[in-house]
Amino acid sequence: MNLSPQDSTAILLSMKIAVTATAISLPFGFATAWLMVFRRFHGKVLLEVLINLPLTLPPVVIGYFLLLFFGRNGWGGSMLKAAGIDFIFTWKAAVVASATVGFPLLVRSIRLGMESIDRQLLQASRSLGASWYDTLFTVVLPLSLRGMVAGSSLMFARSLGEFGATIIVAGNIPGLTQTIPLAIYDYASSPTGTSMALSLCGVSVALSVIILLLHEVIGKKLEHGGQA
Amino acid sequence: MKLRIDIEKKLGDFSLKLNTEISGERVGIFGASGSGKSTLVHLVSGLIKPDAGEIYLDETCLFSSRKKIDLSPEKRRIAIVFQQAMLFPHLGVQSNLLYGYKRCRPAERRIKPEAIIEVLNLVHIAGRGVNKLSGGEKQRVALGRAVLANPRLLVMDEPLSALDDSLRYQIIPYLRSVSTEFGIPCLFISHSITEMQLMTERVLVVKNGRLSGISTPDELARTGMATNPRGYHNLLRLDGATQKDGLFHYPWGNSELIISEGRTGEESLFELSSRDIILFKQHPEAISARNLLECRVAELFDSDGRKGVVLDSGGKTLVAEIVRNAAEELGIATGATLFAAIKASAFRRLG
Repeated sequence: MNLSPQDSTAILLSMKIAVTATAISLPFGFATAWLMVFRRFHGKVLLEVLINLPLTLPPVVIGYFLLLFFGRNGWGGSMLKAAGIDFIFTWKAAVVASATVGFPLLVRSIRLGMESIDRQLLQASRSLGASWYDTLFTVVLPLSLRGMVAGSSLMFARSLGEFGATIIVAGNIPGLTQTIPLAIYDYASSPTGTSMALSLCGVSVALSVIILLLHEVIGKKLEHGGQA
Repeated sequence: MKLRIDIEKKLGDFSLKLNTEISGERVGIFGASGSGKSTLVHLVSGLIKPDAGEIYLDETCLFSSRKKIDLSPEKRRIAIVFQQAMLFPHLGVQSNLLYGYKRCRPAERRIKPEAIIEVLNLVHIAGRGVNKLSGGEKQRVALGRAVLANPRLLVMDEPLSALDDSLRYQIIPYLRSVSTEFGIPCLFISHSITEMQLMTERVLVVKNGRLSGISTPDELARTGMATNPRGYHNLLRLDGATQKDGLFHYPWGNSELIISEGRTGEESLFELSSRDIILFKQHPEAISARNLLECRVAELFDSDGRKGVVLDSGGKTLVAEIVRNAAEELGIATGATLFAAIKASAFRRLG
């Protein structure tokens, strides 16, 4: 292993961004999935397309749109400026970029979990005196946990690998916004960086394996928990 | 309980239009599958909204399109026992049982968990997970959960149809005890006449989304006698059997019934088809059937070309079924004395 202090910072920053992006997205992902699965409303198809758009759009395009929106002249940018928040070219921008790109994966997994919930369970809950939000938290949420774990790990992994959108809105500033993929990109373009790049690749592989293992273990646990 | 319904609901090609009032503590809704029974239950319990009309339970308005009232399901306090137990898979038996109880206002908690756990014989499974229960146990937990919500009305939406025959009749005493011991009015939905006979006192008959009539379960069984493959089901609750030569002798009225498949020491429910009773005008000299009862014809009724003969034997009644020609040949009339022969193996023990 050949990791410089700067690489360690990149690793830690990558983790911080991925954790934050996933944590922030989770409640929204749950709410969106619930809307899509259990509610009927006009414009559902439109919302569906909008949510899934980042899955098919090149990340660079998403990054560019985010830059336009949060840039100095964009709506978001001027609002953040009014609130005194620095956003573009900070780690917060990287969080938003990761969250946007990973969100469809999160919603998809939670939806799959929710769609397998028998509607009569919800009817039973309502007829036993639970209001809709009571049912949401005591029946839908616990029965969606597997989907949420699956979605979170997918999204976390996707965030760790986020490159295109991040480089546009957060830049590639070592120590500030440089994540693992951005650091590898730097090493790859320098003639002497091969071993450094390989070290970071190793870290990426290790992290991915750990996430997948955790995903399996938690998934199994929840499965058994459901049968308890 | 008094239920007043005047509703319209269109669901795709199917439309439900009902205007009726029914009262009683154990009311049945009877109809073939697809007749609208379940839709009606969903409308009453607030799980689907009628297009127009009114629903009143006792004096409470549950829905009125005119007054713009639509109580949410949790406010209606109508608990449902579904065809499948629908236990919450992430909760244990105890938490499932208490789900509705915890959500019930303390002032309305009339029925206590301990009582239900005992009546429904759940003591040994209360600590278990729901996925380790048998079908019958699951349905008992579902029933307990619904009763513990202390509902104003308990709706049983074909709660027995997912169970096999032997289990079905094991559950029925529990269903009955719930309404009698705890005094909860029940709305029982089924397409089985036998279940209606066992569970209800008044029956609302639904056909193609329309009200076909209100009757008693016995009338329903009489009407269906000719078309039902096993005729009219005589249901007999017998106890106090003694065993002689491999047969069970049950006291019945002022005589006894001899049955092949009985049980000593416990009450059993038997079904006897109206078609398994042979009638004689005079006492036959010798007969292989083990039961020969002297009866009086209490009543005669018609059912689609068949004649139903209501027999009175020492204060107990049985319904026999004969074709019209046989009735004429035997010259059967109300008040006549007849002999009814029944094979010991004709009694089917239900539970």
